[in-house]
Amino acid sequence: MTPPLATVPLILTLTIDGQEVGAREGQTIFEVAKENNIPIPALCNLEGLPNLGACRLCVVEVKGARRLLPACATNVSEGMEVSTTNEKLQKYRKMVLELLFAERNHTCSVCVSNGRCELQGQAQAQGMDHVHVPYLFPKQLVDASHPKFVADHNRCILCQRCVRVCDEIEGAHTWDVMGRGINSKVITDMFEPWGLSESCTHCGKCVQVCPTGALFEKGKSVAEMVKKRQFLPYLNTMRKYHE
Amino acid sequence: MTENKKIRMATIWLDGCSGCHMSFLDMDERLIEIAQKVELVYSPYVDTKEFPENVDVTLMEGAIGSDHDLELLHKIRKNTKTLIAFGDCAVTGNVTAMRNTFTVESIFQRAYVETVDTPPKMPAAPVPTLLPKAKPLHEYVPVDFFIQGCPPNADLIYYILTELLAGRKPGTEVPMRFG
Amino acid sequence: MTLEELLALAKAEQEKKAKNAKSINVCVAAGCLSSRSDAVKTALSKELRAKGLEKTCQVKGVGCLGLCSMGPLAVTEPNGKFYQNLNEADAAEVVASLDTEPPARIKCDGEVAFFKRQKKIVLENSGMIDAEKIEEYIGTRGYEGLLRSITESNPQSVIEKITKSGLRGRGGGGYPTGLKWSTVAKANGSKKYVICNADEGDPGAFMDRSVLEGDPHRIIEGMAIAAYAVGASHGYIYVRAEYPLAVKRLKLAIKQAESKGLLGKNIGRTQFSFDIDIRLGAGAFVCGEETALIASIEGKRGQPTPRPPYPAEKGLWDCPTLINNVETFANISTIIRNGAEWFASIGTEKSKGTKVFALAGRVANTGLVEVPMGITLREIIFDIGGGIPDGKKFKAVQTGGPSGGCIPEQFLDMPVDYDSLAKVGSIMGSGGMIIMDETSCMVDVAKYFMEFCMTESCGKCVPCRVGTTQMHAILEKITTGVATPKDLELLEELCVFVRDMSLCGLGITSPNPVLSTLKYFKNEYTDHIEHKKCTAGVCHMKNPQGVLA
Repeated sequence: MTPPLATVPLILTLTIDGQEVGAREGQTIFEVAKENNIPIPALCNLEGLPNLGACRLCVVEVKGARRLLPACATNVSEGMEVSTTNEKLQKYRKMVLELLFAERNHTCSVCVSNGRCELQGQAQAQGMDHVHVPYLFPKQLVDASHPKFVADHNRCILCQRCVRVCDEIEGAHTWDVMGRGINSKVITDMFEPWGLSESCTHCGKCVQVCPTGALFEKGKSVAEMVKKRQFLPYLNTMRKYHE
Repeated sequence: MTENKKIRMATIWLDGCSGCHMSFLDMDERLIEIAQKVELVYSPYVDTKEFPENVDVTLMEGAIGSDHDLELLHKIRKNTKTLIAFGDCAVTGNVTAMRNTFTVESIFQRAYVETVDTPPKMPAAPVPTLLPKAKPLHEYVPVDFFIQGCPPNADLIYYILTELLAGRKPGTEVPMRFG
Repeated sequence: MTLEELLALAKAEQEKKAKNAKSINVCVAAGCLSSRSDAVKTALSKELRAKGLEKTCQVKGVGCLGLCSMGPLAVTEPNGKFYQNLNEADAAEVVASLDTEPPARIKCDGEVAFFKRQKKIVLENSGMIDAEKIEEYIGTRGYEGLLRSITESNPQSVIEKITKSGLRGRGGGGYPTGLKWSTVAKANGSKKYVICNADEGDPGAFMDRSVLEGDPHRIIEGMAIAAYAVGASHGYIYVRAEYPLAVKRLKLAIKQAESKGLLGKNIGRTQFSFDIDIRLGAGAFVCGEETALIASIEGKRGQPTPRPPYPAEKGLWDCPTLINNVETFANISTIIRNGAEWFASIGTEKSKGTKVFALAGRVANTGLVEVPMGITLREIIFDIGGGIPDGKKFKAVQTGGPSGGCIPEQFLDMPVDYDSLAKVGSIMGSGGMIIMDETSCMVDVAKYFMEFCMTESCGKCVPCRVGTTQMHAILEKITTGVATPKDLELLEELCVFVRDMSLCGLGITSPNPVLSTLKYFKNEYTDHIEHKKCTAGVCHMKNPQGVLA
């Protein structure tokens, strides 16, 4: 198979936090910022997975835009002026994290991902020192029916990375979301125990992309779960080549 | 805050495991430095029975889990200038709050009946009554400062205390996180 | 069918109608149907046959007559006498009074403001034609606009006409329809779609349902004209499954239009082809949001996606897609027939035409009304709506459904148009209008709408999913008398946060009922919090003494 002739993408110029940067047409603000070492916090976004725009942590201010825009799902345009941080954005990002911590039962100290969790890490990075909205303490399930993995819904932040990696990369579509609003949950097949899933290939990609300790390998204890995501850039490069 | 007058400090341990207090002791030789600046007026480390008045700083470990905790919390808040939530249980509820998805009755059933070998027996008065949920301090009273960690490590405790004792607002020099 | 054939059929229909002059039109829309208007219709037919009058007078099942609270309703043609509160036993009296006055017991005064103050475009055929007969629609010059557009005009001038008319989207946003059409028309793509959003979900709103049930061909014609204008060959009507009668009549209407060559391949024997499929919603409010609606049609979970890209550029199956609301499409054929200038002469400077509202709540005449834009709230509520019953005092009117705000008495003389409503913190929305009197507690009202938004949140983005839950919990605390002033501060903080940070319109507008009641009825909040008192007597306080729990 011969690779298709490369079409030359349009080069755009924009500023991020006052810094003039170049970008290719079709890139998102998030991608361009990353290339230029400008950090934008994110939770649902993961390089190699389709954008979702759900966690709202990566919202930025774009001059002239009526609303705050998610950097992960907003394409750059010529002359765009982006601010990735200011007092309002910081306050809002903290609130996003606080709402997530209050939504389920995140007990960092006894979590397999303690010290390596992206939610915990973002709370630290954003200086969220406590949660000033009331904790909801919902009753959540722990599904340990799978021979290799465990799903602890107490720690799920509904970022849908598992759903996306299973559908787009593995092609199994074992995971999906059920329910509405605060009662939403990620499920395997038609809300059957994960261990009984006929579509699950046991590949573990969902476990590796999960930002928290919600999905983990069986047998891992507190702070022992190390997520390995090297497969994502590798598979994506292969896929792009074959396309 | 004058040189000759010592800061009146208190520490207390409510619904927690005392790990934060252990970590406090891990400041080791730095405790001597702290001790020169503060007078410990109430603490598990000392033998005071009643919480005194006019306390400058109180480190409060643990969540609020019982009516007794709540009573103490209000009393301490009234008599303390700077109240510090000390460790994850005080800041988030942490492990203490893991009981919150169950009813108090079912917890007692589990703890005193289902899992005991000796004749099962429910505890009688005057054990403090458990509140329906164990909650962090700030859900009841205003808290002036939060020290995260389960437990917070000794370097962090030292940094925050020395900054506060020097009349400064602690920054982020020593990283702090949950867990 | 060509334009000439259509015009001939229309003429024949009109002549037939003139000959068979008398008719009793019984409302068989869902409101009257639920109080057994179908039985009334059958009884009337039977009575006419018994009296040997079936040749000179027919009985028709028609769409909504508006005054739903008095149903079952009927109106006679040509003398226009209204009957109300009918049941089967009344058939004889109705038939006996055909040439005289209706008996007082079942007489509905057609001269009252409720009927006289309305201006009907969208509902012009509702209550006049039998929705299940395409010939009757054609008799009212139906499909003429479509065939004239494709034979005598071109897509560009159709769009120009719509743009010039000043029509704005009736689904809630108020986006200029002509602009939307031209964006889709200009978008690159060999395949384009037209979608009719009939997922009417606001509590108490039934404007779209009435149009779909009473005049389905109007929607099909509007969609076909839009498809011709933007270059689409396929359309979808996304209608909620809770509207079985609307679905049934739409299906029938599509079949009839296809058999007459007014839909499907080579419409009007031209090169233009357009077909329509129906997709049923499964009851999620968020599927009225256009990106979620598209996801739902594609067979995915109905969750919104960030815009841009807008559906006009990248919509259904990633193709340029035109989405308009039922009422927007319902205006199209009339604008094409009567001209842009005619339409633009109705309404205000920036809001043209009419708007259908569903009056509900504490108002004498509940039901469906169509009024010109710019009419005041006072005229709608007190003249057309007949005011507040039982001698109670007006308190507020909630417009725009769960995304709207509560408007207090001081703004009653404000004209009803997109911009004025936005100025006072509400929206036009799809047309729900809930009237409240002094027996309503505004905090309780805010809680009701917040509960709606909370349970209807799709759960995708954090601010809406968790924010609405937290806001609802605080409102629950306030209405049970256990809230503190700090809770109110947090509520205000969350309102602004959820508004600024949510992904789609549902989340963005969900704080509106709270924000508007906080703005105009803050004293009720403080009464609940500080004095543990609910003046309206709606909320049950856990803590009448004001002791904190």
